[in-house]
Amino acid sequence: MSAFRRVLHQLKFDLLIFRRNPAATFFTVVLPLIFLVLFTSIFGNNTLDNGAKVSTLYVPGILTLAIVSATTVNLAITMTTRRERGMLKRTRGTPIPPWVFILSQMLAGAVIAVAMTVIISVIGRVVYGVSLQFETLPSLAISLVLGAMSFAALGLAMTVIISSEDAAPAVTNAIMLPLYFISGVFLPSDQVPDWVSRIGDLFPVSHMNMALQESYNPFADGAAWPWDHWLVVLGWGLFGAVVALKFFRWTPNR
Amino acid sequence: MANDPLEAFVTTAIGVRDLKMHYGDFAAVDGIDLEVTTGEILAFLGSNGAGKTTTIEILEGFRKRTSGEVEVLGVDPERAPLSWREQIGIVLQESEPVPELTAGEAVRMQAAYYENPRNPEETLELVGLTSSADHRTRKLSGGQKRRLDLALALVGDPELVFLDEPTTGFDPTARRESWGMIEALRDIGKTVLLTTHYMDEAEHLSDRIVVIGAGKILARGTAEELADQVNAQTRISWKPDAADPRPPDRLGARVDPSNGQAQIDTKDSLVSLHELTNWATEMGVSLPELNVARPTLEDVYLQLTEGHER
Repeated sequence: MSAFRRVLHQLKFDLLIFRRNPAATFFTVVLPLIFLVLFTSIFGNNTLDNGAKVSTLYVPGILTLAIVSATTVNLAITMTTRRERGMLKRTRGTPIPPWVFILSQMLAGAVIAVAMTVIISVIGRVVYGVSLQFETLPSLAISLVLGAMSFAALGLAMTVIISSEDAAPAVTNAIMLPLYFISGVFLPSDQVPDWVSRIGDLFPVSHMNMALQESYNPFADGAAWPWDHWLVVLGWGLFGAVVALKFFRWTPNR
Repeated sequence: MANDPLEAFVTTAIGVRDLKMHYGDFAAVDGIDLEVTTGEILAFLGSNGAGKTTTIEILEGFRKRTSGEVEVLGVDPERAPLSWREQIGIVLQESEPVPELTAGEAVRMQAAYYENPRNPEETLELVGLTSSADHRTRKLSGGQKRRLDLALALVGDPELVFLDEPTTGFDPTARRESWGMIEALRDIGKTVLLTTHYMDEAEHLSDRIVVIGAGKILARGTAEELADQVNAQTRISWKPDAADPRPPDRLGARVDPSNGQAQIDTKDSLVSLHELTNWATEMGVSLPELNVARPTLEDVYLQLTEGHER
């Protein structure tokens, strides 16, 4: 079987596994939709000067949440579980090249990110009048694929520091929840102190959020290419990939 | 080319020379030699901590050894290419299936990892899981999960199958079922290395047994050969009446005070029995509950491993 077909085969199963995992689908699909409803109820859905709806501004943060949940959080938890329960060791005992398996996990994140963007954009458009700019679609696509794969690599890297299945959700949330707050995902950046958001800017969540904001900016005219944010996200992604390739463990920690 | 015509047919699946695995000062495996011939079922018998799993993990390529020579299907597992794994099936001691998949999906996913896999449906049938193929693996019973483990190990159509304690924790029925499946592996010509701490399992399933204790090989051979090696004796016993005369000393009988049983332990059961019954007939003693017990593998094993526990 060609390497390409091997990746596709594994991807098909990884997407199936994701779809059937209740925790992963809740945090990736249901929770972001709840946030869309909550934000528009709490902060309102006024009309801006140019006629766009405020709800448009909520979408990038919600998408960031969906993508990070589907990739970093999901992979850090499920891969630790699969390692500690001997599932990864079984896989390692077969002739499948490890990179095929790892690439498939990252691609699954990208597919889910695109699917969630479509779902949230369509529901946002129909229910809350979210404005969509078709000129920014190519830029949005790059943000999604680059972001999902980078955050997936970071999730795989996090399994290196997580020692047990029980610790996985705690460690992952202890890192990610504060990051959401200081990265403008839950609160607009202008509502947190400057020094807080400057700390947030050291990490990739904030830059993912800002890259997506470019695509959903109701005041933008023409395509936006947020190179600076992409570079930070990609840098973190490469760091994650190097750590994962060098230290990823396939056998239980016991 | 080989001069011996048999050499073309008898080949070595696993060859191990002076294998050592040290963790600091602790020698988990302390100089093991092992040879497994193609097509045979070899049981690696030992108690927990004897070094069984460490050895099998070195052979499976999961662990780097401290020293020694190892060849599995002609390749050193530490330097084996991925293609080497095409020919190897592994049932790990502890490994769960992916809970989100059905049994059938799990086998189909794994089948695609191999160049020339078995048909997944046939493999499920081989282990008797056809009727559970559409059930999520998390819903399977312990015995069914173990059968799925075996299906996953066989779906690549390997030459050599490693089974690490395949029936530990099973109820007797599930064990018998698993034994049937392992015997079926012999029928389809696979080489099998299995570890176990059950004597009856080793005796029932394997062509040869290797007994390991404290990281060293204590004995090897068929069950009968092991019994010979430890000079295992047959026990003749009966329950004498209080009024019965004492048997003559040359018979070497002694009475077990705990149950009042008279016992003769002997290498030559035929002669001892003949002398005993002759004496009994002459004296008019009836020898109630007369019993002749051959040594069990368990007795042999306990004798072999005495002083090698840790």
